Amino acid sequence: MSAESGTVHVIDVTVNGVEQRQAVSARALLVHFIRETLGLRGTHVGCDSGNCGACSVICDGELIKSCMMLAVQADGRSIETIEGLGDGPDSLDPIQEAFRAEHGLQCGYCTPGIILNAKTLLAENPNPTEQEIRRSLKGNICRCTGYVNIVRAIEAAAAAQEGVAR
Amino acid sequence: MTRPAAETTYYPAVEQSDRLGAFSGTSVPRVEDKRLLKGQGAFVDDLWMHRQGHVHFVRSPHAHARIVSIDVSRCEAVPGVYATLTGEEVGELQQPYFQMAPEPAGAMKDYCMAVGKARYMGEPVAAVLAESPALARDAAALIEVVYEPLEVIVDGIATIEPQAPVLHEEIGSNVAWHGVYDYGDVDWALENADHVVRIDRLHFHRFSSTPLETTGALVNWDPGTGVIEFRSNNQMPMFAAMFIGPAIGVGIDHMQFSSQDIGGGFGIKITSYTYLTALALLSRKAGRPAKWSETRWEHLAASAHGNERTFLDIEVPVMSDGTILGFKVRAFDDAGAYLRYEPLGAVIWAQVVPGNYRFKHVRVDYTETLTNKCPVGPNRGYSRLQHLWLIERIVDIVASELGYDPVELRKLNYVQPEDYPYETPNGCIYDSGDYPTMLDRALELIDYEGVRARQRESAGSGKRIGIGIGSTLDSGTNNFGQSRIINPGLPFSGNGEAAVVRLDLYGEVSVTIGTTPQGQGHETTAAQVTADILGCSPDQVHVAAGYNKAANTYVGFSGTYASQFAVTGLGAVMGAAERLRGEIIKVGAAMLGAEESDIELAGGFVRLAANHEVAIPFIGIAATVFANVAELPGELADSVTLNCRYVYRPPFTVPDYETKTGKLTLTYASQIHVAVVEVDEETGQVAILDYAAVDECGRKINPKIVEGQVHGAAGHGIGAALYESFEYDSDGQLRNSTFMDYHAATSLDVPSIRYDDIECPSPFTPNGAKGMGEGGGAPLSTICAAIADALPEGAHVVYDSHNNSERVYELLRSATSGAPRGVEVISR
Repeated sequence: MSAESGTVHVIDVTVNGVEQRQAVSARALLVHFIRETLGLRGTHVGCDSGNCGACSVICDGELIKSCMMLAVQADGRSIETIEGLGDGPDSLDPIQEAFRAEHGLQCGYCTPGIILNAKTLLAENPNPTEQEIRRSLKGNICRCTGYVNIVRAIEAAAAAQEGVAR
Repeated sequence: MTRPAAETTYYPAVEQSDRLGAFSGTSVPRVEDKRLLKGQGAFVDDLWMHRQGHVHFVRSPHAHARIVSIDVSRCEAVPGVYATLTGEEVGELQQPYFQMAPEPAGAMKDYCMAVGKARYMGEPVAAVLAESPALARDAAALIEVVYEPLEVIVDGIATIEPQAPVLHEEIGSNVAWHGVYDYGDVDWALENADHVVRIDRLHFHRFSSTPLETTGALVNWDPGTGVIEFRSNNQMPMFAAMFIGPAIGVGIDHMQFSSQDIGGGFGIKITSYTYLTALALLSRKAGRPAKWSETRWEHLAASAHGNERTFLDIEVPVMSDGTILGFKVRAFDDAGAYLRYEPLGAVIWAQVVPGNYRFKHVRVDYTETLTNKCPVGPNRGYSRLQHLWLIERIVDIVASELGYDPVELRKLNYVQPEDYPYETPNGCIYDSGDYPTMLDRALELIDYEGVRARQRESAGSGKRIGIGIGSTLDSGTNNFGQSRIINPGLPFSGNGEAAVVRLDLYGEVSVTIGTTPQGQGHETTAAQVTADILGCSPDQVHVAAGYNKAANTYVGFSGTYASQFAVTGLGAVMGAAERLRGEIIKVGAAMLGAEESDIELAGGFVRLAANHEVAIPFIGIAATVFANVAELPGELADSVTLNCRYVYRPPFTVPDYETKTGKLTLTYASQIHVAVVEVDEETGQVAILDYAAVDECGRKINPKIVEGQVHGAAGHGIGAALYESFEYDSDGQLRNSTFMDYHAATSLDVPSIRYDDIECPSPFTPNGAKGMGEGGGAPLSTICAAIADALPEGAHVVYDSHNNSERVYELLRSATSGAPRGVEVISR
């Protein structure tokens, strides 16, 4: 009855642009595949019920909660995690830069999920209002910032993005 | 170099550094952020050890039950299960934890798992260590536990009635602590006041700040050395060590604690020592490292909750000019099933006896009780926020009942700017502040006159606008001697923190501290003060991330809690940096053939003040001392290490047990909040239309970090005021133990907060700063006051700190029900 001895499937999944073929247990959640099998520890677990958003990743361009999806369901899909942002291990992308400048994080546990949320939002809506930002964030709980500087950081990232577009 | 000592009759003179300024006081971007933004942090669940097993706890479904039997045989037969642990074994392997309560509650036998009987829903009764988390969980389902359910008590007051079931037979009752705090002469005040306002009952509800990262640990009891390594997110590791060591017969020197990144703590991660103990016992039994990450439901049901407190028979003497003389109250604090940090909460509130006000006569008859609920722990604002909420409710109810303007009544009764240092009736010294100015600023931020006009215009619209004022007094840097007020036999007093600042071999400035940051930016602020003192850039200073006992940088109080880092942590860093500075100058002067008084430090160089060209970089100093030491005169070489440790000690004495008086905390940061709410008459729904917070925390080291702490604390308070409350049914079942039904505040619940600040440096600290960060209490009183302001005339007083739409709906209806309002005024 060991988890590892249950049904195993082979999946093909692209993670941060790298194609992978991996064997996964049928019961494994995507978040555990990302963290344990791939060793990408920036995706976090904060609840068991899909409420907190600490495990958010981007799947085929959509923000999803990776604790609400089985790893086998990722077969044939493209996943982007926080490790895929920025140019190498020491560089921040513009959204991450905005969070640093605006003090949009404290303990950092929710941060990867929130950054990916912001990335998805700004891809769909490059110039969101404060209310649109808040609606977008409602599935990502942060217990440290009161959301004030997170909203500011996303506004700043939008403004910077617009500046570049000009 | 220091400024002349500040004159004070309350503490020995404090020398304040005048070297801070180039970097301290500016919003330097945080050093921590790069790794956290990149997903490169190391939280406890990110750690692993070779051969580790994973732990799953079997927990009691009953709130109160005798454990008849536990059968682990089917579980242990599963391949991949390494070990099990039951309460019965724990009873053999562990001595009960040391108790801080005096007798009779001090006789409580508390273990890391239920021994003989479970006393709250979710209490661990057995544990499994297995090769994967999934296997541990599956195998745990094969453990058969037979329970004999017992009568349950969840009411924190009824629990002391003779017919209530007793949780701990060895105590003989459910009273954890009782004492009377009596300051001034409240009987005289009640007899001589022009008015006495009587409030029947006020209730402060049970909630938690629920850090997003749950509790977890990776523990290895090394059979070869006998050393137990605890990698965890416990936020007060030496306190944990003091509990664990004697319980399992291991010396502190045989326990290694470390943590790097902690995903929020808010005090809730202080009492995780019970779980650390269980993991250590499992590791020893299996001969393997034991790893555990709490699930969210386990965290909500069985880590720690904030204290629930009920206030009865409140009497408030008021003079006709509006002067409030004080109050008298009976307080019942519900500690849950065990005393894991309690009964310290029975005295911690006394740091702020009169709140922000000049009350002279206060009597609090305080009882702490035990119930079949999750044990409480020190949640953000611990024990003070309950009391401060009471005080603001009193002031607000006095204003509305006697017809005073809520702004003017507060200003009249506030401690005034000219009163500092201000001695409270119980001997605490408020260091500095200016509450009237803060209130004015907060009212400006929300356009008070404009919003009052809007309130009048909204009459009859079905949407009732209310404006509320609240406050928090963030007392920081505890004097642990206050523990003797609850138990004179306790061997604790004072406080302190340790730091080491050193030059490494190539001149790198390296800092370690005994604190356990959870998002407060210690690496950044410690680098700022170090850079100022050593004349270099913060970029040249490397502050070790997190806590590591092996760095030999700790005292018994080490950790991050209770609003003290800016004083204790930075006080230690400043002291160590000053020592290193002295050594660098000494070596530099010898190498340059100059007098020490001719030397200055700048840009990472030691140089002649009169000729900046004559200079040695830090690498030159370090390389000489560490690797070229024969170049130095022997006497000099013997007198420097470039590895400087300093322990900051606040100037406390032991409080007086008999009179329950003394200097309980060193600094008093404060916040004044104002909220504008809209109450829907049809539904009772409360919407926050506007919110302002004005902060004062002495000299700020990093203003942006301070503002972030104010936002975060306000978020917790707003969440608690409107959305977050642990609800138990009469069987002791927690009805909201997931984030589906325990509604942690979201981005739609916390409004954009208008922020302002003033700065009143503390005369009692080495840097003028005050500890801060726990201002979670203010929104509770502020929103209650705003709801009260929105209610129709004749409504019941706002009596609970948690006001969901159902409760507000009932309050709205109470105005026409003719039922008692929970308050009466007796006037001469």
